[in-house]
Amino acid sequence: MNSPVVELTHATIAVGKRAVLRDVSFSIQAGDFVGVLGPNGAGKTTVMRAILGLLPPTSGTIRVFGEAPKFGASTIGYLPQLRTVLPDLRVRGLDYIAISLHGERWGLPSLAAADRHAIEETLDAVGASDLARRPLSDMSGGERQRLLLAQALIGKPKLLLLDEPLISLDARHQEVVIDVVRRIARERGITVLFSAHELNQLLGAIDKVLYLGNGHAALGTVDEVVTAPVLSRLYGTEIEVLRAGGHIFVMSRGRDVERDAHQHDHDHGHDHHGHGH
Amino acid sequence: MFQYEFITNAFIASGIVAVVSGVTGYFLVMRGQTFAGHALSHIGFAGATGAGLIGLSPLWGLVGFTLMAGIGMGLMSERISNRDVAIGVVLALSLGFGLLFLHYYTSFASQATALLFGNVLAVDRGMIAALGVLGAVVVVGLGVIMRPLIFATLQPELAEAKGVPMRFISTAFLAIVALAVAACAQIVGVLMVFTLMVGPGATAQRLTGGLWSGLAAAALLALAEAWLGIAIAFETDWPVSFCIAVLSAIGYFAAMMVPATARHAH
Repeated sequence: MNSPVVELTHATIAVGKRAVLRDVSFSIQAGDFVGVLGPNGAGKTTVMRAILGLLPPTSGTIRVFGEAPKFGASTIGYLPQLRTVLPDLRVRGLDYIAISLHGERWGLPSLAAADRHAIEETLDAVGASDLARRPLSDMSGGERQRLLLAQALIGKPKLLLLDEPLISLDARHQEVVIDVVRRIARERGITVLFSAHELNQLLGAIDKVLYLGNGHAALGTVDEVVTAPVLSRLYGTEIEVLRAGGHIFVMSRGRDVERDAHQHDHDHGHDHHGHGH
Repeated sequence: MFQYEFITNAFIASGIVAVVSGVTGYFLVMRGQTFAGHALSHIGFAGATGAGLIGLSPLWGLVGFTLMAGIGMGLMSERISNRDVAIGVVLALSLGFGLLFLHYYTSFASQATALLFGNVLAVDRGMIAALGVLGAVVVVGLGVIMRPLIFATLQPELAEAKGVPMRFISTAFLAIVALAVAACAQIVGVLMVFTLMVGPGATAQRLTGGLWSGLAAAALLALAEAWLGIAIAFETDWPVSFCIAVLSAIGYFAAMMVPATARHAH
């Protein structure tokens, strides 16, 4: 078997003083499309930030492409969860992406012809060429998400970290995003970590699921991981898994925990709007 | 009117300040930190009156205080420096101290109006040189941090992941803003820094989605408002800062009226 793309070995990852993941081990193989699931605060974003090298493990090791995570590695494409509520900015899509290329360099921004070409190429790949000239403030949530997805694909990364790319999208746009990611990942042999609130929308696309909860993590196929014993351990409460009509429902005391989590996050999102900066 | 040296001086000084303020203000608006810029100018009032009290030049008292406050706001986490209530409390406190300093140095009181509302017609050669130095530092500083600054503004999560030093960038930016505010306050006064610093930047944001065209528009708008303001003041004998404030407001609200379809042409 090839060496894994991402490998955590007895890793403990803390945010501030709180250990979000405790003594976690798993390894993700090249080309896998992994759905990252779990209740709020279980560490979906934390795992991605650790892989990016932003959160070094307090104990244990993390290996990405066989090495310790490197800051700003070009082999990783990252789509952060949209926490920043942008003001009414008329920045064009092209400029928005352009600044992320070598944005860490000092001096005045500039766009080389090769970079412009790379941007247009990835916009085309996600079917969003028209967004290059449109201002950000005129884009819908789905269009912004596609713009960010195009941005994450620039530089031909071998690993894509997509943090809640479906948030605030309607069902139709969610499917479009999943399909685009699935297609490009297959074509280019990219390994994908795709975090989401709901398992069902990802069922047709993912090879594996990484379920997080209660400081633990479980990686495997849906049939291996989404079971009553595994999820009960992750949620720290008794969980029932019901399958009906090609859907899977994760229930706790008769309530759908994923749906509850989703509702909760919507409230949370509004809260961010209120105090947005 | 250019036969008068004080008018020529006023045009030169306000020209330097307008370009510097317009460009700085464009980034302030983009970052959503206009209130921080407003607060810095009020903190500068305490610095200027305090400097007068101990016999120093009000300009350098203003520069010193705004610079310290800008760096302090930047070093505190973004979350704190963007919190309107905290900034508002510090702002009011600074004005209070400014009042206290004035209270103990009564001969300075005649200058208080100039500090609060500006006095561009009293600018001399020495002040022009000082404004030129401040302006050059601001423009060069912005030029150096511009790329990571915009990246950190538009995509903070990704910028952090790419290794942009976020704390340093936001601190350096607010330090630069502090210098621009100190320069701007010489022309329109600490209470009216918004007119030259935020008005043109916000108007430019509404007019164009391009970065360079936006910066150019902000600088040109500020310049036009400052010079036209002085000219109107010369003809009417109204206060200069009033004229500039009116032009700034007209520019902003006119840009808001521009129909969305016309703006899409870009």
